Amino acid sequence: MELLKEKWPGKIAEITIGATNAEGGTRASKITVGGETTLPFLFHEGDMPNMPRIAMEVLDTEPVDWPEVLKKPFGDALKDPAKWAVKCQDEFKAEIICVKLAGTHPDFGNKSAEDSAKLIKDVLQAVKVPLIILGSGDDEKDNIVLSKVSQAAKGERCLLGDATEKNYKTLTASCLADGHNIIAESPIDINIAKQANILISEMGFPLDKIVINPTIGALGYGMEYAYSIMERARYAALIDDKMLSMPFIAFIGQEAWRAKEAKTLFSQAPEWGEEESRGILWEASTAACMLQAGADILVMRHPKAVDVTRGYIGKLMGNK
Amino acid sequence: MLVVGELINGMYKAVGKAIEEKDKGVIQKLAKDQRAAGASMLDVNTGPYTKNPKDAMKWLVETIQESCDAPLCLDSTKADVIEEGLKLAKNKAMINSTSSDDEKLEVLVPLALKYNASLIGLAMGKSGIPRDKNERMEHAVKIVTKCQEAGVPMSDLYLDPIVMPVNVAQAQGPEIMESIKEFALLCDPAPKTIVGLSNASQSTKERPLINRIYLVMAIANGLTAAICDPLDKLLMDAAITAELILNKNIYCDSFLEAYRTK
Repeated sequence: MELLKEKWPGKIAEITIGATNAEGGTRASKITVGGETTLPFLFHEGDMPNMPRIAMEVLDTEPVDWPEVLKKPFGDALKDPAKWAVKCQDEFKAEIICVKLAGTHPDFGNKSAEDSAKLIKDVLQAVKVPLIILGSGDDEKDNIVLSKVSQAAKGERCLLGDATEKNYKTLTASCLADGHNIIAESPIDINIAKQANILISEMGFPLDKIVINPTIGALGYGMEYAYSIMERARYAALIDDKMLSMPFIAFIGQEAWRAKEAKTLFSQAPEWGEEESRGILWEASTAACMLQAGADILVMRHPKAVDVTRGYIGKLMGNK
Repeated sequence: MLVVGELINGMYKAVGKAIEEKDKGVIQKLAKDQRAAGASMLDVNTGPYTKNPKDAMKWLVETIQESCDAPLCLDSTKADVIEEGLKLAKNKAMINSTSSDDEKLEVLVPLALKYNASLIGLAMGKSGIPRDKNERMEHAVKIVTKCQEAGVPMSDLYLDPIVMPVNVAQAQGPEIMESIKEFALLCDPAPKTIVGLSNASQSTKERPLINRIYLVMAIANGLTAAICDPLDKLLMDAAITAELILNKNIYCDSFLEAYRTK
């Protein structure tokens, strides 16, 4: 029997993160994601020229709400973002480092833009892989911090975020001026995702430098809702809606480790089983689902969850 | 929806004059403006008064392609004039048009295959304009059958129900709307449908309004393409909105701009 195959006219944009010496940056490697002409891993209908990639998360301040299980693999490195990044790169083979400037938030440390710019320079010096750089989520402060940080990383072709429908102009202008890619965030809402992309592109920002952060939920916390939004956006992209034809970034670690199932201690809930594998599985399961939804960049935390997910990507890409 | 810009037609005075005087600027501006306004294809018609339509077609196609990369819809009652354009077309072209007459089909269907062009099939024959839906269906069936036998994919066939001016043939309106709906049921995969929109409002006092509403109603009945004036912004906005309401595009607050950046 012959398989009924879908022919998709559209294609997801290909975006490259990181610039090598020859390109005006200092990265040893660069990463390209996107370019799909099919739904995830349906290789008989189209191609996925670039495999999904995993970025490991590094915070600018020692995390306070991470469970022991999650802190353990990093040890003292959690106190020093540059060391933490090196550990992720060298020991855990991270291909991208995602630095979240959580400590710049006015309510959680209020670090200055200058300190953040210096920190980014230190991390760029310490590691050779491409960087994703995130603000704290406070619009006003992000506009100050990310402008400085963007300048500090000029020419490195980082991925900066997040721009939102209500706060995109400053970050878009910075990324445009300093040669970075941008993350456009929307609250699990396809209409706002499309609107954010068009607003950013109307400032003259190229469509092949935008990554969609659709916002996701972890396993048990709206994961299937996020899946359905991503699936719908991908369908639209594949029938050639240019305003949705961007790669996705999914913040797996942040969502998975927020779940009580991931962080509750064994002593508090023995019936849930041993806590170490529980959190890792929660993160890896969420990652597996998001890969099937079309995620191109997964931002993750636990090295073992990263490992499992990397293996899973390898297997899925092996069917190509 | 596939919009075929109708403005490069020798029937229009300025275009006829430009063809006669070989004034490239006029044609190239029309091509660019229509593209910018959202036309996916450009209709090319030398007009009824050109002394040498083959030369005029050649000149028009070359002139347009010098300035823009739009696929062309080659519009003539003469097959050799159409072929002149097909020979030069850089992108997949459209033949405008065949009827259900054997002598037309026997020339134009092979031409579509030879040049891998799509084909407009007018639901009419020698007997003249069809009177109702049934007559339109008869012509359509004949065209579909001929194309299937010859191996023209249905995705390349555009059936045209023949739009009649609302001021002289008002009773045809519902027949045409129904025909658009039923053409799509003729086979699976379905043939596409197209209308020459501006005919609907010939000699009326409210041309843009009639065109606009006519197009929206036709889209609601499943229309996939229209030959029309893309510079009529309200018309284009209406078409984009109609497709939005039919859930063909994803809503965002700037949906008109989003559609145009396609």
